[in-house]
Amino acid sequence: MIHPATNSAYQVDDLGFYGEFGGSYIPEMLYHNVEYLRKNYLNIIYEDQFQKEFKDLLKNYVGRPTPLYFAKRLSSHFGTNIWLKREDLNHTGAHKVNNTIGQILLAQRLGKKRIIAETGAGQHGVATATVCALKGIECIVYMGSVDIERQAPNVSRMKMLGAKVIPAESGSKTLKDATNEAIRDWINNPEDTHYIIGSVVGPHPYPDMVARFQSVISEEMKWQLKEQIGSENPDAIIACVGGGSNAAGAYYHYLDNENVRLVAVEAAGLGIHSGESAATSVLGTKGIIHGSRTLLMQTEDGQIIEPYSLSAGLDYPGIGPLHSHLIQTGRAEAISITDDEAMDAVFLCSRKEGIIPALETAHAIAALEKMIYKDSDHIVINLSGRGDKDLGTFIKYIADHEQD
Amino acid sequence: MNRIKSLFERKHSNILNVYFTAGYPNLEDTFEIALGLEGCGVDIIELGMPYSDPLADGPTIQESGSRALKNGMTLDILFTQIEKLREQSELPLILMGYFNQVMQYGDKKFFERCKAVGVDGLILPDLPLHVFERDYHQLFKELELTISFLITPQTPDSRIRKIDSLTTGFIYVVSSYAITGAKKGIQPYQIDYFKRINAMELSNPKLIGFGISDHKTFTIACEYAEGAIIGSAFIKALGGLGSLPERINAFISNIKMKEEINS
Ligand SMILES: Cc1ncc(COP(=O)(O)O)c(C=O)c1O
Repeated sequence: MIHPATNSAYQVDDLGFYGEFGGSYIPEMLYHNVEYLRKNYLNIIYEDQFQKEFKDLLKNYVGRPTPLYFAKRLSSHFGTNIWLKREDLNHTGAHKVNNTIGQILLAQRLGKKRIIAETGAGQHGVATATVCALKGIECIVYMGSVDIERQAPNVSRMKMLGAKVIPAESGSKTLKDATNEAIRDWINNPEDTHYIIGSVVGPHPYPDMVARFQSVISEEMKWQLKEQIGSENPDAIIACVGGGSNAAGAYYHYLDNENVRLVAVEAAGLGIHSGESAATSVLGTKGIIHGSRTLLMQTEDGQIIEPYSLSAGLDYPGIGPLHSHLIQTGRAEAISITDDEAMDAVFLCSRKEGIIPALETAHAIAALEKMIYKDSDHIVINLSGRGDKDLGTFIKYIADHEQD
Repeated sequence: MNRIKSLFERKHSNILNVYFTAGYPNLEDTFEIALGLEGCGVDIIELGMPYSDPLADGPTIQESGSRALKNGMTLDILFTQIEKLREQSELPLILMGYFNQVMQYGDKKFFERCKAVGVDGLILPDLPLHVFERDYHQLFKELELTISFLITPQTPDSRIRKIDSLTTGFIYVVSSYAITGAKKGIQPYQIDYFKRINAMELSNPKLIGFGISDHKTFTIACEYAEGAIIGSAFIKALGGLGSLPERINAFISNIKMKEEINS
């Protein structure tokens, strides 16, 4: 099978770079595993038997294809044509499972007996625990202790599925720190363990590999749009960006089609310049985080800044190297959305469409308020996940606002 | 001549390299700790540049780094401290940190500043070999700075050869599958690995690090390499009781066994 889109300006090069971003800045202790992956990942994942099993699981276990749904009431609210790519309807409730299915098949072929993962919102942790249960493989998930508190339902789900959840207590006790702990675990257990990274971050080949597993999102969008509007191409695709995996998947097959606008939505937290934000493309400078050269929030002295967002899945001080490249070259436009704007969008989507979105996803919906578009446009919002895990946050928000 | 190179010309065994985090326990302790270590006969000092996200380090070094950052440590303060230290000490001195710190400071500016204040060598665990070769190899020669790359039990022979060809100063032999601060003792597979490396007859001297914490592990390491590196165990000792010089003295005496100290 031919590896798709190898001659694109937005694909990774041999050393793992997207333009000046990416690469593999890792300590020697990780070199062996990462290098082995780099040399073999394409051959493994495009092998016929792998693709067959991957597609079968996506169809019969995950429930793909996910619908592309014309959101009529949201469309008339915003005065344009809005399509929701329903990744929330995947088994486990978010896009994350597309990647974990792929990586567990990879781990099996690598002969690994133990899986580690990091998680922020807990969706990737749940998706990893799920595929480990499916394959009968030991699963350890690192999660910041702040996130363990704000995403309690997902912690319980991971435990139900037989995973061990280890709190990360360093730094901001969120996604960045959970990732550090997972990497340290891998250094300590290089032989039997595979690290399933949950987004398009980390050293090469992870960003490219995760993007390829998530690319099923835009692969389906193409024929679904063709079927429903007679053209494969929307005018714009909007996705939220934590590390950027759902966005990478939703953009993937449109990267070279410059007529399709790509909109990357980041979390502004309490406001971009409030000091409590995760709007990396605005606040970030070039540096290295988790083995990748990318935009990240850091001090003048190169210390990584602890980000903030009410949404655990977007509370990350970097973005994947592909997104740094897309934003730097102007291929993608970045929009930042505050906690409050995202909460408004949660209620809007719930009450106009009967769909309670994840808090992360709500950032993408809210971006419509800040975009210029035509009423004839067809805009796809990647509905990356459902909001069940955030009910505690939503209920608290309602209570706090009723008091005002 | 570079102080690390001249050390390895003079001395070929029992070399003791002690790591500590600059600015821990207190911002201005760097000077006193370095002089204290020199007084105890330590051969090389490896100063850690505290970092928010030290991927290769365990909790002890990580916490000392957070503390140092809270104390207000910055690279400019650290360079000033080293400048002051150099007025009194000719001990070989290495800076250890993460490549992001170097990049954010400005890579060339950083290395030139190292040279200017009297740093002898660098350890940057996440600086890729090919990036060093492409961007900094020549500069390091010009500045007479050494660079020590790490090898691990999983590093293949061909890569060890490559590392040996780019390393100057010494090769950092990571003793096991571990982040810093592991203390499992030394297992048979590690001895096999040390022997395998020795049999390769590399051009650089070797120091064994990670998990070296006491007299016993130091002695074993010295059987298979020119010396060893102690980090987390020393940082733990710095957090102990007594005055700084007492803590340092007690710790190093213990490693070397007392009678060696003034010899
Ligand atoms: C529903 C949902 N959307 C988005 C994200 C952000 O991740 P990414 O940017 O990799 O898609 C998460 C992460 O946990 C999530 O759970």
